Amino acid sequence: MSDEKKPKRQRKPPTKKVPMPEQDPMERIHNFNEVALGYTVELAVAEAEKCLQCRNPRCVSGCPVEVPIKDFIALIREGDFMGAAAKIKETNSLPAICGRVCPQETQCEAKCIYGIRNEPIAIGRLERFVADYARERGEELPEIAPKNGLRVAIVGSGPAGLTCAGDLAKLGYEVTIFEAFHKPGGVLVYGIPEFRLPKEIVAKEVDYLERLGVEIKCNYVIGKIRTIDQLLNDDDYDAVFIGTGAGHPNFLRIPGMNLVDVYSANEFLTRVNLMKAYKFPEYDTPVRVGRRVAVIGGGNVAMDAARTALRLGAEEVFIVYRRSREEMPARVEEVDHAEEEGIKFQLLTNPVEVLGDEKGNVIGMTCVRMKLGEPDESGRRRPIPIPNSEFVIDCDTVIVAIGNSPNPIVPSTTPGLETTKWGTIVIDEETGMTSREGVFAGGDIVTGAATVISAMGAGKRAARGIHEYLTKKRNKQ
Amino acid sequence: MYKIVRKKVLNPVVKLMEVSAPDVANVCQPGQFIMIRVNETGERFPLTVADFDREKGTVTIVFQEVGKSTRLLGTLNEGDYILDFTGPLGRPTHIEKYGTVCVVGGGCGTAIAYPVARAFKEAGNYVITINGARTMDLLIYRKEMQEISDEFYETTDDGSCGVHGFVTTVLGDLIQKGRKIDLVFAVGPAIMMKFVAKTTEPSGIKTIVSLNSIMVDGTGMCGACRVTVGGQMKFACVDGPEFDGHQVDFNELMGRLNAYREQEQVALELWEKEHGGGK
Repeated sequence: MSDEKKPKRQRKPPTKKVPMPEQDPMERIHNFNEVALGYTVELAVAEAEKCLQCRNPRCVSGCPVEVPIKDFIALIREGDFMGAAAKIKETNSLPAICGRVCPQETQCEAKCIYGIRNEPIAIGRLERFVADYARERGEELPEIAPKNGLRVAIVGSGPAGLTCAGDLAKLGYEVTIFEAFHKPGGVLVYGIPEFRLPKEIVAKEVDYLERLGVEIKCNYVIGKIRTIDQLLNDDDYDAVFIGTGAGHPNFLRIPGMNLVDVYSANEFLTRVNLMKAYKFPEYDTPVRVGRRVAVIGGGNVAMDAARTALRLGAEEVFIVYRRSREEMPARVEEVDHAEEEGIKFQLLTNPVEVLGDEKGNVIGMTCVRMKLGEPDESGRRRPIPIPNSEFVIDCDTVIVAIGNSPNPIVPSTTPGLETTKWGTIVIDEETGMTSREGVFAGGDIVTGAATVISAMGAGKRAARGIHEYLTKKRNKQ
Repeated sequence: MYKIVRKKVLNPVVKLMEVSAPDVANVCQPGQFIMIRVNETGERFPLTVADFDREKGTVTIVFQEVGKSTRLLGTLNEGDYILDFTGPLGRPTHIEKYGTVCVVGGGCGTAIAYPVARAFKEAGNYVITINGARTMDLLIYRKEMQEISDEFYETTDDGSCGVHGFVTTVLGDLIQKGRKIDLVFAVGPAIMMKFVAKTTEPSGIKTIVSLNSIMVDGTGMCGACRVTVGGQMKFACVDGPEFDGHQVDFNELMGRLNAYREQEQVALELWEKEHGGGK
C-alpha cells in the first residue's frame, strides 16, 4: 500500500432490492387476493446475480432452520430453479410459507454481507420464487429413509408440528399429527390472512407432508379425547411432540372488554380465514365489522386484523399502539403495506376503557396518550401515561391483538409436565425434551407467542432430539 | 366423517341424532359438548352431549332447529354423515351426593338435563325435575325424565300441559313451601337460566347453569364465549360450560348471544329460499 494520495475512487451508489410486483393498494383493499405477486424468472435472476457468494457467508447463521442460502442462490444464478427448491427443502420443508411470512430483515438478510453497504440480497423473495416455481411444476419427493418401525405422535399441525413431522418422516419414522381443528395448518390457516399467505399454498405444503407418509388426524383435541399418557402407553407411540401453540387470547384488564363488538384477533381472524366469513353467506360463518375499527396492538397479528377489517368494508381502521413506531414488533413490510392501504396509526396511545351502549354495542374507546421512558426488561423504552391526556376514539368495533398465552389443555392433562408461571412448557434447549421422558415440545407453547420461523426451528431441533433419543433407546435394547 | 346411525324427530322443531364417534363416546361425560360442522361451507357450533353409548361407540345430540346450521343438520338422515364432530370439550358436570337436587330443563335443554338428572339419581340424590316448554307439543323427554325422577313437574307457558307458567313458577313454589333443596341445576334458554338463578338467590341455594355461548373453536382459542362470572372473565368452552348461576352476568351473555342476529336471519332466509321455503 502506498501512502500516496490518490483521488478517491468513485464508489457506486448503494443498490436496492429488485422490487417485487404487488397489487395496487387501492385495488387490493377490496379483495382478499395475495398482495405481493412474487418475482418473475428475470427479476429473480437479476436479484440473485447481485449475491457475492461469500466464502464465509453469514446469512445462513441468521436462519433458524439453516437454509443453505448461498447454495440455493447459486443455483438460481445457473437457472436451475428446481435444484434451488430441492436445496432449500433439504432443511426447510415449508419454503413457500417462509418466503412469505419470515421476518427476513431481522434474520438472514440482517446478516447479509452485501447488505452492509446496500440493501441486502432479497433472500426471502428468492426463497418464495423458487418454492412457487417448483410447486407449480410438481416436485419430486426427496429420498426417504426406510421405515424404522418407530412411531411418533405430533400434537398440533402448526409450523412447529409440520416441520417436526416432515423431518421425522424423512428419517423413516411413522408419524401421526393430531389437529384440534377440522383443517391442518394451525396459525397458518386460522391466523395469517389469505392476502398474505394463500391457504392453497398451506394445503399444498401439507399435501407434500402426506406424500412423505405423514398421517394427519383432524378433530382430535389431545388432552380431551386422548391424553399424552394414553398416546405413549396405550397407542404405542414411542415419542410425542407437543406443538400446540399460544392459542389463548389475552385481553386488556379494562372495562368494556366483553362488549358485543369486541373481538380477540384470534376470533376475528379465525372467522375470516379458517371459516371464510369474508364469503358470507356462501359460507355460513358470519363476522361483524363496523364502519370504524380500532385494533389494539403493534404486531403482525394487529396488522393482519386491521387490513382484514379494511377488506371487509370498514371505512376507517386504526392501529392503537402504546409505544412508538420504532418499537412495533410487526415486520417492516407489514407495517408499510398497512400504511399504503390507508390504515391509520394512533401511536403512543393506550386504551383505558371501551365504551358501550345499553345493548352492549361499542360506541367508542377512551384512550390516554403515552410517552416513552427508560428501557424496560425487553430493551424497549417503557411507555408512561401522560396525565390528563384522555381522549375518545370514535369507533364501533374493537379488535384486541395484544398477544396470546399458551393453550392450557395439554399441560393441564399431562401429569409431571413441568411448566413456567406463564404456562409455557419447560424443555431442554438442546433436545427439546420436556420434564417427561419421551415427550418433546417446541414453538409458541414453549416460548410464548413468537414467529412462524422460530416455531419451525424448534420443530426441527425437536425432530433431531427425538431421533437421537429413540436411536439411543433402541441401541440399548 | 361421522355417521348418523339413528334419527328421531322429538317434536316439530327438536331432533335427536345418534352419531357414530367411538373415540368421543369412549371418554365423554355428561355436561361436555361437541363442536359440529355439518358440511364444507358450514359454521362450527357447539352442542352439549345428550347421551352416549361406549359399547356402541355412539354419541347422542339433541338440537332445536333455530337457524340455518341447525336446519341444515336436521335435513340429514340415518346413514348420512356429519363432516366434523369434535369433542368431548369443556368440563364434565360435577356429580356427587348433595341430598336433594332439583334439575330444571327448558325447551331443548331438557335433553341435556336428562343425563345429568340420571347421574345425580345414580349418585344417591333425591331428584326433583322440572321440565318446561312454551307449549305441550314442545315438551321433550317426558317419559324419560319422569322415570328417573323422585318428583316430576311439567310447565307450559300457555297452560296446555302441566302447570300454567314457567319453570320458575314451580321452583319458586317449592322454595316458598320450605322444601329443602341442596342444589339446583338448570339448562335451557339464557333468559330461563337467569330467572332460575334469580329465584334461588334469596335462599342461597347453590345453582349451576350450563351456558350456551357462541363459540368458534371450543378449545379456548378464540374467546368468543367469554362471559363475566363473579366479576372475572371466563371462557365458557374451557372454564365451563357450567358455572355458578348466581355469579353469571346474564345480561352480558344475552347481548353476546344476539351478536349475529341479523346475519343469522340473512343466512336462514337465503337457505329457505333455496330449499323452497319448506321446513
